[in-house]
Amino acid sequence: MPSVTFRVFRGDQTGGELKDYTVEVQEGMVVLDVIHKIQAEQAPDLACRWNCKAGKCGSCGAEVNGKPTLMCMTRLDTIDTSKPVTVRPMKTFPVIRDLVTDVKWNYEVNKKIKPFTPAPDTNWIMYQEDVDRVQEFRKCIECFLCQNVCHVLREHNEKTGFIGPRFLVRTASLEMHPLDVENRLDMLKNEGGIGYCNITKCCTEVCPEHIRITDNAIIPLKERVVDEYYDPVMAFFRRLFASKKRPETAGTAADD
Amino acid sequence: MSTKPVTGTESRQTERQDNWWIEPLFTVLSLGLFGIYALWVAWNRQHFEYGPYLSPFYSIPLPGVHAKDLEWLPISPAFLVLWIPLGFRATCYYYRKAYYRAFFWDPPACAVPELRRAYRGERAFPFVLNNLHRYFWYLSVPVVAFLWYDAIRAFFFEDGFGVGVGSLIMLGNVILLSYYTFSCHAWRHLAGGCLNCFSKHKTRYTLWQRITRINEGHGFWAVISMLSVWFTDVYIRLCSMGTITDIRLF
Repeated sequence: MPSVTFRVFRGDQTGGELKDYTVEVQEGMVVLDVIHKIQAEQAPDLACRWNCKAGKCGSCGAEVNGKPTLMCMTRLDTIDTSKPVTVRPMKTFPVIRDLVTDVKWNYEVNKKIKPFTPAPDTNWIMYQEDVDRVQEFRKCIECFLCQNVCHVLREHNEKTGFIGPRFLVRTASLEMHPLDVENRLDMLKNEGGIGYCNITKCCTEVCPEHIRITDNAIIPLKERVVDEYYDPVMAFFRRLFASKKRPETAGTAADD
Repeated sequence: MSTKPVTGTESRQTERQDNWWIEPLFTVLSLGLFGIYALWVAWNRQHFEYGPYLSPFYSIPLPGVHAKDLEWLPISPAFLVLWIPLGFRATCYYYRKAYYRAFFWDPPACAVPELRRAYRGERAFPFVLNNLHRYFWYLSVPVVAFLWYDAIRAFFFEDGFGVGVGSLIMLGNVILLSYYTFSCHAWRHLAGGCLNCFSKHKTRYTLWQRITRINEGHGFWAVISMLSVWFTDVYIRLCSMGTITDIRLF
């Protein structure tokens, strides 16, 4: 069995360093297997968050050779093991210990988003074509890799004025919902900080569920914000037909 | 609640081992060279026409107006056209990704550290103007329509209908430009993306679905259509200069 050196971050809130562990690896192993092997054989105090080992719980996000990824979905045969493999915790969030980060900021952000709000007398019949779009967003497993890789949060630490891709996806799932009548565009433009996003698509690149975050959630939301705040022609028509634009008062599904 | 990452996980150098720098390098080279070439073509004011072929740089989007009728203008007639595709591409969601990464390093690649610390995104001038993308789309549609007219005209030679290599190049160019223009995210939104209940708008839903299909390759259409404009102009220019001979297929 070949031996591979892994440089794993060991530390806590006060600081830390990369420590080398040489591990005998087998065909078919993923990085999380290696971390478990290190725990079992060399460093029983190595902290790592994991649960399903199937890419569905979103717990084992880390940075393998500088790339944000789920450790359980990163096979060793997809990375160069001839050189030491670096494993660090997600950079954007404070480290609790070793590979475990504190992601509670995300749950605080989630509270800023107005929840699903149907009209009072909603007809609950929905058609598949109306929910296809939002079903893609429901695939999110909240691994927060998109939040980790987003340069607005990662490089600029803009955690007060920007909600990040995960919560733009969640907002999109509500804004595009056929039965939701709430308006979240003001939140998106102001405290949501959608203008911070410059479409560099890193969130889409790292998403383990292959949600097309930028094309299907963020850009459509940006266009809706343009409709509301930056398009004078649209504003003119909105005023002209304002009386016809509040279907929720009629007790049916929201539209347009 | 402290949200600052702990010291020790922060590194100003990336640990990525792949060739992440290739994409921004390609963008800098292709956009840089194309920009220089487009400016040179516009200033040059020569060799933009050969037989029924007209360079896309000189396709004036005004009925009955030909670039060679505008030689009296103090500026090149190409500038009457170029600002529209320039504005459309500069505000395009694909090109925004490309130039933010390659020219501004915001960021150069995913999980690669940036150079500058100040960042305002698209919330302030000048990048807030990217929100006007749909207006450049409105202007680009007639430009593409006139390019279709030029492409069809390229099949009508002095001796009647025919097909030359140049005709096919111009046709291919306008097809690629049409794919690029009509796979636009702003158009996708206006056509149907702004709706919440597709079931009430079947026609717009069908249109949105079709746009979505080609929108998935918007970046590809953006790059390939830029290269095809380049190639079309070079071909017509070389024919006009006598460097190469246009082959009539029939």
